[in-house]
Amino acid sequence: MNARAASVLVVGVLAALLGCEREARRFEEARSAATLPQSIRQSDIQPAANSAPAPLANAYEENAPALSEGQRLYRWYNCNGCHANGGGGQGPALMDDTWIYGSEPANIYASIVQGRPNGMPAFGGRITEGQVWKLAAYVRSMSGLAPADASPSRRDAIHAREPENRIETPPPRNAVPPAPK
Amino acid sequence: MTMSRRCPFHGAILALFACEHAFASTASQHVLRPAGPQAESIADLWNLTLAICTFVLTAVVAVTLIAVARRRRAESTTPPDVASLDRSEARARAIVTGAVGVTVVLLAVLLVASVLTDRALARMPLQDGLHIEVTGKQWWWDVRYDDPDPSRVFNTANEIHVPVGRPVVLTLKSPDVIHSFWVPSLHGKKDLIPGQTVTFTLRADVAGVYRGQCAEFCGYQHARMGLLVIADPPETFASWAEAQRQPAAPPVDEQARRGHDVFMTTTCAMCHAIAGTTAGGRAGPDLTHVASRTTLAALTLPNTAGHLAAWIDDPQAFKPGTNMPAHALDGQDRNALVAYLGTLR
Repeated sequence: MNARAASVLVVGVLAALLGCEREARRFEEARSAATLPQSIRQSDIQPAANSAPAPLANAYEENAPALSEGQRLYRWYNCNGCHANGGGGQGPALMDDTWIYGSEPANIYASIVQGRPNGMPAFGGRITEGQVWKLAAYVRSMSGLAPADASPSRRDAIHAREPENRIETPPPRNAVPPAPK
Repeated sequence: MTMSRRCPFHGAILALFACEHAFASTASQHVLRPAGPQAESIADLWNLTLAICTFVLTAVVAVTLIAVARRRRAESTTPPDVASLDRSEARARAIVTGAVGVTVVLLAVLLVASVLTDRALARMPLQDGLHIEVTGKQWWWDVRYDDPDPSRVFNTANEIHVPVGRPVVLTLKSPDVIHSFWVPSLHGKKDLIPGQTVTFTLRADVAGVYRGQCAEFCGYQHARMGLLVIADPPETFASWAEAQRQPAAPPVDEQARRGHDVFMTTTCAMCHAIAGTTAGGRAGPDLTHVASRTTLAALTLPNTAGHLAAWIDDPQAFKPGTNMPAHALDGQDRNALVAYLGTLR
C-alpha cells in the first residue's frame, strides 16, 4: 500500500468515527413536578369539530440512553410488580398490541401521571416529568413502537423474551382514533 | 496477586498522588501506610520488590557506566580486535553466568514472596467475624450489616464502620456494572461483578479513617465513587451499631414535621428508605441516619445543611449523570426537608 492510499484510508476511518455518536445524553432535565400537560386528550369524545390539540411528542423517544434509563426506572418504581416484564399479571400486558388507553406517548404519559381505574396508581408529583417521559418511551419500546436503533438491546440478566430492539413493530389495534376533522 | 494484576507501579503512582483531598483530609488512602495485617503483607511484598529492583537497576547502571568508561578508544584506521576468537574469555563467561544465576535467584525470591503473600492474605483467621454486605452501585456503596437476627440488620451507605482488631467478612455484589472495592490501607482490590457474589476479608488493627475508592472504571462518575472505612475501638463501634439499628427519630418541631411530610409525599420516598417511616425505596442510599455520616454522594460533598440543600436542588451540578434527578421543591419545603434530614442522627 502506498502512502497516498494509506492516508486516504486513515482520513476515511477518522471520518467514519465522527458518525459513532448517536445522540447526546442530557443530564439536565426540567425541574417541574410531573403534572398533566393540557394537550393530552382525556377521551375521544369531542364537543365540537374543532380545537383538537396537537399530538404531544416525547423528546426522549429516539434517545437510546433515555430508553435505557426508562428500562431501569421501570424496575426501580416496581412497574414489573403488576405488568411483569411486559407480559402483564395484575396489570395489563405492555408488550402486545392492545392499548386500553391509547398507545401515543401522551396517552402513556397520562396513564402514569394520573393513574387508571382498577389499580394503576398515579405517579404524578412522585416522580419527575423527565422520568415519566423516559418510562413512557420505554413502555412503547416494549411493543416495538420506539425506534429499534434507540431501544435497549440484550440485557445482562436472563430474560424470557427478545430485547426491545429486536421486536417487530405491530400496528396498534385499538389506538385512540384520530380526532374528528 | 490482586495488587500487581493491573499495574505493577501502583505503589509508585500512589506515592506521587499522596497529596490528600481537599476535605476528608484526615482520611488516609495509602498503600504504604498499612493499618491491617493484609495491607501489611502487601506493603512488605512491595518493599521487597522495590529493594530487589533498586539493587538490580543500580547494578545494571553501574556496570553499564563502567563499560562506557573502560571502552577501547579506536581510530578509523585501527584494525578490529578479534583476539577473543583465539582465546577463551573465562572471566567474562564467569561474570555473565554469575549474573544470570543471580537474576534467576532474585526472580525466584519474588515469585516465592508473591505466593507466600497471597497465602497470608487468604489465611487470616475469621473467628467472630463481622459480616457486612457491600453492594457497589453507580456511583455509591450500599452497605448492609448482617446479623443472624433479622431485626438487628441495618443499612447505611458509603461509610463503613468496623471494630479495631476484629476480622470483617465482606460480601461484595453489584447490580449494574463491574466495580472494584479498594481501601489501600487495609487490603488490595476486589472486583464486584454483576451476577456473582464475592467474599473479601479484612481487618483494621489501628483505629482511624481510611479512604477507599472504586478501582474499576464504572461509568461517568467513577472518580466520585469513594468510601470511608472508619475503624473504631470495639466499644465505640458497638454503640454506633446500636444507634444505627434504631429506627429514625420521629420529627419533633414544626419545621422537621413539615420536612418529614415533604419527604413522604414527593419524589424522595420513591428511591430512599428511612427505617421507622413508610419510605422504603431501595434505589438510593438509606437515609435512616444520614446526619451521622460525614459526606454526601459517596464522598462528593461534606455533609452540611448547605451542601445538602444544594444537592437536593440539583445533584447533576455536582455529579453529572447521577441517578438522582433535580427537584422542584419550593424554598420553604426544601429548607424543611433539609432540617428534617438533619435530625436523622
